[in-house]
Formats: sequence, C-alpha cells, structure tokens
Amino acid sequence: MSVEAREARQPWILLSPALTAVFLLLFVPLLFIVVYSFWLRTATGADQVGFFLDNWREALSDAFYRDILLFTLKIATITTLVCALMGYPAAYVIARSKGNKALLLLLLMLPFWISYIIRTMSWINILGVSGALNTALLYVGVIDEPIQMLYNQTTVILGLVHFLLPFMILNVFVSLEGIDTNLEDAANSLGATRWQAFLQVTLPLSLPGLAAGGLLCFVLGAGTYITPLVLGGPSDAMFANLVFEAIITQLNWPLGSALSLMLLAVLGALVMVYNRYLGMAQLMKGLG
Amino acid sequence: MGGTMGWHLLRGWTVLVYLFMFLPVAVVVLLSFNASQFGSFPMTGFSFRWFVELANNDAILRAFQTSFVLGLMTAAISTTLGVLASLALVRYRVPGSNYISTLLIAPILVPEVVLAVALLLFLNFLGINKSFTLLLFGHVIFTLPFVILVVQARLVSIKRDIEEAAMSLGASPRQTFFQITLPLMLPAVLAGALFAFTISFDDITGTLFWKPGGVETVPTQIFAMLRNSISPEINALGTVMILLTVGLPLLGMGIARTLSQKRGG
Repeated sequence: MSVEAREARQPWILLSPALTAVFLLLFVPLLFIVVYSFWLRTATGADQVGFFLDNWREALSDAFYRDILLFTLKIATITTLVCALMGYPAAYVIARSKGNKALLLLLLMLPFWISYIIRTMSWINILGVSGALNTALLYVGVIDEPIQMLYNQTTVILGLVHFLLPFMILNVFVSLEGIDTNLEDAANSLGATRWQAFLQVTLPLSLPGLAAGGLLCFVLGAGTYITPLVLGGPSDAMFANLVFEAIITQLNWPLGSALSLMLLAVLGALVMVYNRYLGMAQLMKGLG
Repeated sequence: MGGTMGWHLLRGWTVLVYLFMFLPVAVVVLLSFNASQFGSFPMTGFSFRWFVELANNDAILRAFQTSFVLGLMTAAISTTLGVLASLALVRYRVPGSNYISTLLIAPILVPEVVLAVALLLFLNFLGINKSFTLLLFGHVIFTLPFVILVVQARLVSIKRDIEEAAMSLGASPRQTFFQITLPLMLPAVLAGALFAFTISFDDITGTLFWKPGGVETVPTQIFAMLRNSISPEINALGTVMILLTVGLPLLGMGIARTLSQKRGG
C-alpha cells in the first residue's frame, strides 16, 4: 500500500469504533423502533409482528395524547422564555464584567456538575410544607398553617428553569463574548445612547447565541419526565411521561415506540429548522 | 448617568439569578447537617447523624458502588472511542468531516427519552435484557458526544510542529506518539474521562429505562426515596453527591493547573 493510501485510511481506522457505536447504539435502534411501532402488543403480552396502523392511529387521533403534547410544548415555551429573560442580562453582565469574570464563569459551570435530580428535589426543601418559605411565613405570622405550594404547573416550570438556565446563560455569554466592544463604542460616539447601541448593535449580533440557548432549553425541557414526576401534580404529566408509562408501566412497547417517534419528530423538526437557518456550529460552541 | 444606573440594575439582577441557581442547593447542604428528627426546617442544631445513617444504609452503599463502577467503565470506553475519533477529526483532513461530526454528536441531538426507548427495545430484541450491560451501552452512547466535544476543543491547541520536530530528530512515529503526543494530550484525555464519569454518575433519564429491577444508581436511589417518602437522609446523600461531582472536576482543574505551571516553570 502506498504511503498516501495508508495516510488516507488512518483517520477512518480511528473513527470506526465511535462511528460503529453511534450506528449500532443509536441509528439502528431508531430504525428498529420505527418498525416496532407498526407491530401490535396482544393481550397476552406477546408482540404480533406485522404492519398495523393501530398504534399510530391511537397516538395521532386520541385527544388525550394531543392535549398532553400541546401542554408539553406550552411548558417548554414558557420555560424557554423565562430562561431568556432571566439569563440574557446575567450573560451580558458576565461578558462585560472585568474583575470577577473568571469567578462568575466558574460559578456558572457548577450547576452543570450538580446532579439534576438533586437540583430538582432541592425545591422541596424551599417550597414544601415544612420547607424554608413556609417556615419563614409561619414565623413572621403571615400564615397560620403551611400552604401547599408544590406539585403544580408553576413548580414544574420553576424546576425546569432552574435546570436549564445555565445552558441559556452560557450560550448567550459565548456569543456576547465574540462581539467586539468597539462596535458599541463606535455607535455611542456616533450619537447613539447606550440603550440604542445595545438594541441596534449588540442584541442583533448576540441573537445566534440566544437562539442556541433557546433551542437547548426547549428541546431539553420538552423531553423531560423526571421534573413533572418530582415537582408536578397528577395533571402535570408531559409527553415524555406518557412514553415512560407506555414502556415501563404498561409494557406496551409498540405504542411506546410510536409515542417516542412522535416526540422525536416534533423536536427533531425544530432542530432541523434551527440547523437550516443557523447551523450547528453555534450550538457546538456553547456545548464545548 | 443613566448608563451606570442601568449597569447597577443589571448587576443586581445577576446577583439574584445566581442566588436562584445556588440557594436551593445550599439549603440541601445546610439541612443535611440538621440535628432535627425530621431533617427539615427549623434547624435545631448541627449534627452528622444523617451522614452516619447514610454510611449504615446498605441500599445507598450498593447504589454508590453501582454508580462508581458504571461511571468508571463508561469513562474508560467513552474516552477511548472519543479520543480516537477526535484525533481523526482534528489531525487529518477527512472528506465530509462536518457530516461525521454531526453524526457523532447525534446522540445528544436526539431527546434522551427517545434514545433510551430505542436502545432498550432494540437490545431487548437482540436478547440483551435490562442489565448492567444495557446500562453501560446506554451511558457510553450518551456520554460519547460530550467527550468528543471536549477533547476536540483541547486537541486543536496542540501544535503539530512539536511532533514534526521530534520526527525530524529521528523519533519513530510510535516513539513520537508515546513520548510527545500522548503526554501533551493527557489533559484533554483526563478532561474527557472526568466529563464522561460525572455525566454517567448524574444520569437518571436514561438510567430509569435501562436499569434492571432491584439495581439502583445514586440518582435513581434518590428518586426512589423521593417517591416513597421524603427521608431525612436524602439531603445528606445530596451533599455527598455534590461534594463528589463538584469536588472531582475542581480537583482535576487544580491538578491540571499545577501540572501546567510546573511544565511552564
């Protein structure tokens, strides 16, 4: 073999284990559940192999699934908006601060290392019946007995915002950091107020970061089932909870396949649109 | 000056945002030292009793053991696959490398629930039931993209000139790799491994689908404790988890810094 041929083969040898893993543990399984979603789970618990549209008919036409899908999208939208409103100013401050930028960034990384389940359950200590807030209100005398603040839609959103906010801040920060501050100064010297300079120069230039953060918040938020289980009430189930129910509790795997694919289609479409207009590079910057 | 006023407001907002991120977690740590019988407010005194109870709780110790073994094995496999792939992507001109990168990070573009379902059902079809093996496969595929992103970002900064210098001074490609490239890559490799370990150690979304009955990792153990009844030990368990998953990376960063300072000086 010539040197060039060997040189050309080497990267593929290095890539093949990872590519094989992704192929066998992601793409083939995804194709498999496409096929599986057309099978039937019979009353005896065995799978009937074939081409049945029953699961898809149920998943697509039952109002129950549609309502929960819409509810999920609503929760994810609110979560994303709250993250943007809370996170953008914070990211701006981090990007523009001089002395303690390193500390602020280090602190921003900490939530990524603290377990999601602990961050989620930590709100029980704050809002629970014997939590910090109730204890404080009782002590001050505002209330006579503890009020139930947990296990509703608001606490689900609260938990999701708490989980996803660092993703938003980090992505916005990365894009703000890439903007030359001279641009804002130039706008100022040309007579723009600071607010105008921000609105017309900095904000538009930081939109890719905001979009990347927004996409992450939305997709991660819409795909969760743990937060509703820990902080939500019985009527706060999200779409991923339906998938969990179908697969783990009811053991109806063909239906669970169809529901998973529905979730994938909705969130995948969003990722595609994002990729079409903004490309994956911005997202990689924030993740890496 | 409206400018400075606005800046003060923004800084105040940022302080609130940071408090929002950290206060609930700080309360977990605070309550884990609470002497009170129920482990909730009000604080009645300082005590290590919940940590002692943790250390005597077999279920929790087993969960820790499972999480550790799973995390270590995940880190070993994921880092090996990830480092090799990153080398190929950074060091060679591969046709279609953009598409390959996207393929390799696909596992985090797919919602984790969907990945969990697909892997569970497919491997079950192949005869691999819910088991440690399934957990390991799942954790590897889920952590691989993160390893690749981290390692790739750090590999870029290693200059090829140094290797070429070694080769021109007579080192064989093998010698160059083991004596030049590998030591230079070590921080990237360790960062990738640490990342894979902490992600695996923290994972719950996929783990709940893949774990066999009776086997718990630390996060699923916490989840189970939350659902049954909120036991006071849970805050202590949370504190231990925080110490581990925050302490390890900080320690790693510290070591990396000392190493690079030594090398620099």
